[in-house]
Amino acid sequence: MNNLVDLDTPASPALATPLRTSRAYVLPLIVFAIFALVPLSVLWGSQSFILALVTRIMILALAAMSLDLLIGYGAMISFGHAAYVGLGAYSVAILSSHGITDGFIQLAVALGVSLIFALFTGAISLRTKGVYFIMITLAFGQMLFFLGTSLAAYGGDDGLTLASRSMFFASNFLKNDVAMYYVAFGVLLGAYLLLRAIVASRFGRVLRGIRENPVRMEAIGFAPYRYQLTAYVIAGMIAGVSGFLLANQTEFVSPAYTAWQRSGDLIFVLVLGGLGSLHGAIIGAAVFSLLADILSHYTENWALIFGPILILVVLYARGGITGLFGSKS
Amino acid sequence: MSSAPLQLQNICKNYGALRVTDDVSLNIEAGELHAIIGPNGAGKTTLIHQISGHAQSDSGRIIFDGQDVSRLPMAERARMGLVRSFQITSILPRFSALENVAIAVQARSGSSFSFFGNASKEPALNDTAMTLLSRFGLAARAGVPAGQMSHGEKRQLEIAIALAAKPKLLLLDEPLAGTSHDESQRLINTLQELRKELPIVLIEHDMDAVFALADRVSVLVYGRIIASGSPQSIRDNAEVRAAYLGEEAA
Repeated sequence: MNNLVDLDTPASPALATPLRTSRAYVLPLIVFAIFALVPLSVLWGSQSFILALVTRIMILALAAMSLDLLIGYGAMISFGHAAYVGLGAYSVAILSSHGITDGFIQLAVALGVSLIFALFTGAISLRTKGVYFIMITLAFGQMLFFLGTSLAAYGGDDGLTLASRSMFFASNFLKNDVAMYYVAFGVLLGAYLLLRAIVASRFGRVLRGIRENPVRMEAIGFAPYRYQLTAYVIAGMIAGVSGFLLANQTEFVSPAYTAWQRSGDLIFVLVLGGLGSLHGAIIGAAVFSLLADILSHYTENWALIFGPILILVVLYARGGITGLFGSKS
Repeated sequence: MSSAPLQLQNICKNYGALRVTDDVSLNIEAGELHAIIGPNGAGKTTLIHQISGHAQSDSGRIIFDGQDVSRLPMAERARMGLVRSFQITSILPRFSALENVAIAVQARSGSSFSFFGNASKEPALNDTAMTLLSRFGLAARAGVPAGQMSHGEKRQLEIAIALAAKPKLLLLDEPLAGTSHDESQRLINTLQELRKELPIVLIEHDMDAVFALADRVSVLVYGRIIASGSPQSIRDNAEVRAAYLGEEAA
């Protein structure tokens, strides 16, 4: 029986197929249950910075999870995914600076701008493969970074502070940090369920097939380009939503949001949490953020400790943290 | 004009200064199994790449099912029913055997731009895939990741995948390569059945299989077809013996 598993040693068992067994639902269920209950701890006297920290974890998780659709399920290693976080964030800030504070309008613009940028850059990037794809997505990301620094009217290098968080139904309930928290939670849960459905769907199966063997897929009649481009646009738009949330949470935007280091962080988060499982992105985001927070109390050079951790994960836990739980299918 | 389902008209292919396919013209008739043989490096696989669209021809025309497909990409030709297998086994290694076939069924049934509903639970896809697997004796292995199957099973699976894509004509690139005696016997039996259903272009090194299966045989040497005809006429052709069979006799 043992020869049925682990011969080809996939990076993570979850890579092979979408969730099938009931056991595989346990981990994501625990993760979301914890997130749902965190705000209650504030009632019992925990500090509000915890709320802000976990909100940011969920926003980071949202961006990383959308990147998982590309890297984990589509074998498209985008090194410019932070660009979409920046696009979403700047949509909020720029509209807000012109007095347009309606959240629905801001969100629609964030989605629209992300869609257009993903369609345009994806259409070009996806004509390349391997390391060239990595470099071209990086280049498009940097393009946006320098555009941000040159936007003198919107703060340039220094960024831009929001006058207020987005308004929904003419109400500014988002001002409340608990409300902000649950909005981020709701969006993360919604995006998780959406992506879970997508990767198991006909479309998702084609995407996973292309990851496995693009030539085989072409030989049975699938043109990989269209499917990859569609996934690229979906992932970009979800990352745009995370930018929308980030701008609201921090009430500030800056070109740094789109820097290549942020794109690198997203890949780090995915590798740490485990590629191709979706909830791995969430666990990775949590560990990444908590570790950074804790280590930064002890040393300024906390990034020095991060590097070796990543190396250890890559060498000894190829499936990331979710891989350690061994969710066998 | 010929009504042959597949017509190659003066197709050429160069890799740099090397002419790999040299003015090949050939008609594959309805209902025939046409074997293409030739020594190593004769350009057989390149020819299959050109017909399937995996490689584009430098010149010449390929007519399939009455349409000029010369410039169409491989995926589009496959959707028209021009389906191939690969010399080096090409499967989705981490997909189960069933899913390898089901995804090919999916390619020819309905849109794949569908984002909801679990594809692996679609009865219509799975039932057709299961029927095909049973036909190739792989029903008991349906749940096994394809990468973990034996070589012979993978070769069977690859033909099942090709059939699932609803071919009107099959291009088989050395389906017997690397198989054991038993496995190749089983594959030959499979091909004997398949030839009754659709025209097949077969590249094969196993001469016993070629002469047992083929209606017609074409001999490719240095990218040129030097002879084409019934298996018997090929056996008796002096030029072929010199260029190709002679190697075996020696």
